Amino acid sequence: MPLMPVILWTDALVFLLVISAIGFGLYAARHEHLRAPWRRVARSRVGIGTLVVLSFYVLIGLLDTVHFRLPLADQTAGTETSGGTRYGPDFLSLFDAWATPLRERQEKTYSAPFATHLFVKEAITQPDGSVIRDYPRLNYGGRHLKDPTQRGWDILRLTLRGLAEGLIVWGLIAAQVVWSTARRQGIGFMAARDVLLAGGTAFPWRTALGTLAVMLVLGFVAGELALRYHVLGTDKVGEDVFFQALKSIRTGLVIGTLTTLVMLPAAILLGIMAGYFRGWVDDIIQYLYTTLNAIPGVLLIAAAILMLQVYMSNNADQFESLVERADLRLLFLCLILGVTSWTGLCRLLRGEALKLREADYVRASSALGVGHFAILGRHILPNVLHIVMITLVLDFSGLVLAEAVLSYVNIGVDPTMNSWGNMINSARLELARDPMVWWSLTAAFVFMFALVLAANLFADVVRDAFDPRLRGVR
Amino acid sequence: MKVRGVRATGRDSCGTLVLIRWAWLLLAGWMLVGCDQGPWNDPYPAGQGLTNTVYSSFDERPKHLDPVRSYSANEYAFLAQIYEPPLQYHLLLRPYQLVPLSALEVPVAQYFDAVGNPLPADAPLVSIAYSDYLIRLRPDLRFQPHPAFVLDAAGDPRYLRLTERDLDGINRLADFPQTGTRAVTADDFAYQIKRLAAPWLHSPIAGVMQEHIQGFKDLSERLALIADKDPIARVQALREARLSGVEVVDPHSVRIRINGKYPQFTYWLAMPFFAPMPWEAELFYAQPGMKERNIVLDWYPVGTGPFMLTENNPNLRMVLARNPNFWGEPYPAEGMPGDREAGLLADAGRPMPLVDQAIYSLEKEDIPRWNKFLQGYFDSSGVPSDSFDQAVRFGGDGGPQLTDEMQDKGIDLLTSVETSIFYMGFNMLDPVVGGYTEPARLLRQAISIAVDYEEFVSIFANGRGLIAQGPLPPGIFGHREGEAGINPMVYEWRDGRPVRRGLDQALALMEQAGFPGGRDPKTGRALSINYEAVATGPDDKARLTWIRKQFEKLGIDLVIRSTDYNRFQEKMRNGTGQVYMWGWNADYPDPENFFFLLYGPNGKVEHQGENASNYQNPEFDRLFDQMKFMPDGPERQAVVDQMVEIARRDAPWAWGFYPKAFSLHHQWLHNASPNSMANNTLKYRRIDAELRERLRAEWNPPVLWPLGAILGLILILVLPALWMVRRRERSTAL
Amino acid sequence: MIAYILRRLLYAVPILIGVNLLTFALFFVLNSPDQMARMHLGEKRVTPEAITNWKQEHGYDKPLLFNESASGLARVTDTIFFERSVRLFAFDFGSSDDGRDIGYDISQRMWPSLAIAVPVLLVGLALNISLALFIVFFRATYLDIGAVVLLVAMLSISGLFYIIGGQYLLSKIFHLVPISGYDTGVEAWKFLVLPVIVGVIGGVGSGVRWYRTLFLEEVSKDYVRTARAKGLTERRVLFRHVLGNALIPILTGVVVVLPLLFMGSLITESFFGIPGLGSYTIDAINNQDFAIVRAMVFLGAVLYILGLILTDISYTLVDPRVRLQ
Repeated sequence: MPLMPVILWTDALVFLLVISAIGFGLYAARHEHLRAPWRRVARSRVGIGTLVVLSFYVLIGLLDTVHFRLPLADQTAGTETSGGTRYGPDFLSLFDAWATPLRERQEKTYSAPFATHLFVKEAITQPDGSVIRDYPRLNYGGRHLKDPTQRGWDILRLTLRGLAEGLIVWGLIAAQVVWSTARRQGIGFMAARDVLLAGGTAFPWRTALGTLAVMLVLGFVAGELALRYHVLGTDKVGEDVFFQALKSIRTGLVIGTLTTLVMLPAAILLGIMAGYFRGWVDDIIQYLYTTLNAIPGVLLIAAAILMLQVYMSNNADQFESLVERADLRLLFLCLILGVTSWTGLCRLLRGEALKLREADYVRASSALGVGHFAILGRHILPNVLHIVMITLVLDFSGLVLAEAVLSYVNIGVDPTMNSWGNMINSARLELARDPMVWWSLTAAFVFMFALVLAANLFADVVRDAFDPRLRGVR
Repeated sequence: MKVRGVRATGRDSCGTLVLIRWAWLLLAGWMLVGCDQGPWNDPYPAGQGLTNTVYSSFDERPKHLDPVRSYSANEYAFLAQIYEPPLQYHLLLRPYQLVPLSALEVPVAQYFDAVGNPLPADAPLVSIAYSDYLIRLRPDLRFQPHPAFVLDAAGDPRYLRLTERDLDGINRLADFPQTGTRAVTADDFAYQIKRLAAPWLHSPIAGVMQEHIQGFKDLSERLALIADKDPIARVQALREARLSGVEVVDPHSVRIRINGKYPQFTYWLAMPFFAPMPWEAELFYAQPGMKERNIVLDWYPVGTGPFMLTENNPNLRMVLARNPNFWGEPYPAEGMPGDREAGLLADAGRPMPLVDQAIYSLEKEDIPRWNKFLQGYFDSSGVPSDSFDQAVRFGGDGGPQLTDEMQDKGIDLLTSVETSIFYMGFNMLDPVVGGYTEPARLLRQAISIAVDYEEFVSIFANGRGLIAQGPLPPGIFGHREGEAGINPMVYEWRDGRPVRRGLDQALALMEQAGFPGGRDPKTGRALSINYEAVATGPDDKARLTWIRKQFEKLGIDLVIRSTDYNRFQEKMRNGTGQVYMWGWNADYPDPENFFFLLYGPNGKVEHQGENASNYQNPEFDRLFDQMKFMPDGPERQAVVDQMVEIARRDAPWAWGFYPKAFSLHHQWLHNASPNSMANNTLKYRRIDAELRERLRAEWNPPVLWPLGAILGLILILVLPALWMVRRRERSTAL
Repeated sequence: MIAYILRRLLYAVPILIGVNLLTFALFFVLNSPDQMARMHLGEKRVTPEAITNWKQEHGYDKPLLFNESASGLARVTDTIFFERSVRLFAFDFGSSDDGRDIGYDISQRMWPSLAIAVPVLLVGLALNISLALFIVFFRATYLDIGAVVLLVAMLSISGLFYIIGGQYLLSKIFHLVPISGYDTGVEAWKFLVLPVIVGVIGGVGSGVRWYRTLFLEEVSKDYVRTARAKGLTERRVLFRHVLGNALIPILTGVVVVLPLLFMGSLITESFFGIPGLGSYTIDAINNQDFAIVRAMVFLGAVLYILGLILTDISYTLVDPRVRLQ
């Protein structure tokens, strides 16, 4: 029975983003002035290390973006309606399907990382009928252990297995790299290995492979352990925190990238128009962004989110599933964050266009009677692209963090959506518990921190590569 | 090495200099507190803890302090200490019992027929045309000191003919140099009832009262004509207006005439709506320039009660101080068995209030409030859900006990079931979950079984709830305990306790209802039901997930439509929802106040009433009309039982639970008894201030080593850094 | 110069009108006057008459933007928007929907907000610049990378945890300062210590990172190379030249935020129970008190524009080459 693919709004935009990224890559590859800085990025050790980390995040994010509905196991019921396969109501993603064991193994309430027992005491009816209050065994975490005291050894065993698997996979990839290097440079396999180990290649293979090794080992160890335990514990209703943290990756990435994507056309067009035409066009555009900037962003966002809720409650029939509603809210959040954040880029571009319009080649084209929009497209736009590039990368981590902040004013993503912001927000109550529930917060923090750090370092490299003079454009 | 490092500090490293200077400044600041007496983290002025003061907190600025408008618990926390309605609830006796407060006794209704002949108390309902309540007020009531009562040498009111210019330099009520008082008369009482009818005061109970008090509606309509006049004229008009149902018999008695029979009326007399109000006060506040200075009756109450509001700064604190003109109500001498042993009657007969003042500090967040309580800076506290495990554990018998940490501090735990209910309701107008056909009923019953409220209470309320078997919480007449009280649709009686019916039975019910396995035969898909949720807080995600899981057990796909509270209410009014959760907090301890939530003519959609499920069962409504007018007794119990049974079978609600209030008290606070009806409990409280001061000092000794450690850490970090700076410089110089 | 400032102030008028219009539209899309009335009249037993009454009394019974029943100019002026907005321009905020005078409240609540914001700004500035200089001194070493990692970690932690952590350590464990509260006058200082410390530490992550970039930019400029070539010590180069020249962006960055200090901080104020303007705004939004929200947004916009003008002026003061026209 075939699966039924579902494309949510944000999915579509993410696909659009991927396509335009590939398009831009092809375009850049054919233009030396764009290719050179990327080559610089690729040759930087920090750049390539962070890129490997980022690509893991992107991979999970993309897997989590391909949605579909599963056909129902029982196709017999309700045959009186028109034919065709029947599908379950749930929207699943490839990632959900892959991580099914994590998704479905829910406990009753909190349990600590690697715990075998619940975190809170409950009334347990003993075989003899008496009732005692104690910590009950978990339904899934560490269930395979007959004797919970053996947990340490079991964890060690699983870790070693994960380590071994990770290293094997890594070894295969590394051998492939060494082999191709050897072939390209025309030297022997062992010689190529020595070259790589010594860091003697233009592309920092040593860093790339090193980071890859760490990521692969971490991934496999976590995977082995996650099948038997709740690696990062469970939350208030017993959902696996590790799974939540992984699901949150998509939310973070979507907010970080789509926001910039949706604001980009407006910011670029208005920015360079203001700078190029000056006069009343400039006045209007400046008025527009000063006014928008003068209103506190929180209010704008709150208003937009509430407006969406009104819309959804008036048109409740169009949004049958929780996922669709949450998705639309996410999209709306991206849009409104875009509205509040385009002004910065717009102002930068306006300044740059002001300078460029005085440049000789622009004046020459203008004197030759080339149309204004042709000049904008042919001369101004290509020359401000690097600013756009830099802003895009720099904004990314800021937006990921902003999501976390918005959630605790309750104007972030849908409360039912997995996001680091929501995890942190509920953690504020958990922290005050005594004994403290620290794992949700820690998980969200670690995952977010790794992404933000990688993005930050990567942004620095990109900025340096594109234009050393432009450090500190923000 | 060392010498060089120090020199470097002195010479030119301005960054580190700033750091060190900053640290010193901080330390010097701390030293300054060190000179004070008492703990450093005392949020109150030094030595204040020794005064006879209760310390408490509030989390939201009270919106209205005018007894005509106020209708919420956080406002009553203040108002009930200031205003004295004729009646109050006894502190200790259960079931809840009305006793006189500003009246001399609890009034008894006198019934009359249409031509004015008195009828006996057991007269049939149809024959009763109206009933009279004669309220005799205490003769020794006097208002709190207030500028409105000040008379000048000639005997004329001094502050009632002020001009804008007279108000120069006056920003608060306390800025008026003189205060006066006056004895309370029956006119003040009648005046307040007329205020309830004034449309410009927006009394929330005006709608209820116009049904019952004779002439109330008529007065309302007459007053509406003068609503646009200036405030002073309105006060005059209100004084002169006549309300036919309220008659001042003599200076200390007033007679209220009620249309037909309304036994619940005495309960209303225990709410601040009916506290005496001096017309001078209203005239005083109506003068020009007062409103601009925020000096209004809604902000500065004028009452006769044990306390008066002396500081009203809701951004920071509210202070209630002993009212010197209070008549000195004695502490109650009666109690339930066990109260004497608990020390609750130790003060019997002493004139109240037992404390001089109460300071309420603004505390918006749970975490700081809880910590301040633990440090001894609040005398009592609730138990925040997330600190629950720290404070309370359940003993072997399943009963709550304080943890050792709390017991070591001498904290007391008081628990009581509140007169409230949290329920999950079905919209009876909905074609799927609503309706009175057998399948719809079975579907609702199946859901009632599947939604495991025991789990809900244990996860989301830390076990602080009693599972509801019907609409009536314990403490309300008609509630039944034990096997007789269980809801047979959802529970079975096994081994001496109620056990929720198994999921297999719920699934069987689903099949009978026509949804085998939760599948809707019409569409072939899982039955999809909308759940109307209010999602605002961080905890909501967990709750929504939980509810979804409950419905999944039956194979139902629960679609959660979450919005804000406003939108939620709108949906309820429009009747577009299917399943929702809501709660109700009793106004007065009578079954009528719960059953009317299910009374057909109270339907939300059609009549804008409080029956959010729009439940309408003719038999139930008939019994309601009957039950409403009956005195408590076996006959009433029989009718109540019948009503409960009908409601259980129709299952317009999954009955949810009655929340339990847990409150903690420090050992120096005495006479704290949980009472969910009475709000005016501050006057009973007694404080051992010396013990409090001693324990506060003992619990909060300042820990000084971190200061030294921070300073040391800065040195440890800065010195090597300086050394590195020098080394690096030398190496680059080479 | 004065002519310039005057013109800028005049420009502010259309911006403020725009801001007002937008706030107005946003707020009323969310909350119809009916809902506001329900909110203010309470939960239980609200009758439709009471709602009509309330709206009439508070002037919410008129059309929002355009009055079709009126004629001529009154079509625009006899509306909620006009009546509510015009007075704002004279800084007459009117009274809130529950009858309190807004101007008076703002003048009272401004001081606690400033009492936190100003020390946080000054101490934070000193600390951030010192740390940033130190890191720049060790640029391109492992210390630098380590510091950046640490800074990113610090800015990834949400502010709330600094607050909870601070309260936990300093008040609960060490008993050094009160957990929360406020007092008027000199007594207030002991309540301010903790919020200020938390505010400063919470700002270190983003602050130091930003100053580090600023300084790095200066370091790579030609004059620094010249100065170094002259044989000046690294320290002197940093303090004399780099810091001196970076002062311009630092100063202008500070000037922009100066007026906004009035607005207070939302979370800090409600967690420490400080009666400032931040908690005032949040309460107003929660209580749907449109009059206060509008007044605060208007005030915020005015202050923002003021900040922009101040920045321009400060440019001319620090850099004589810039002249205002």
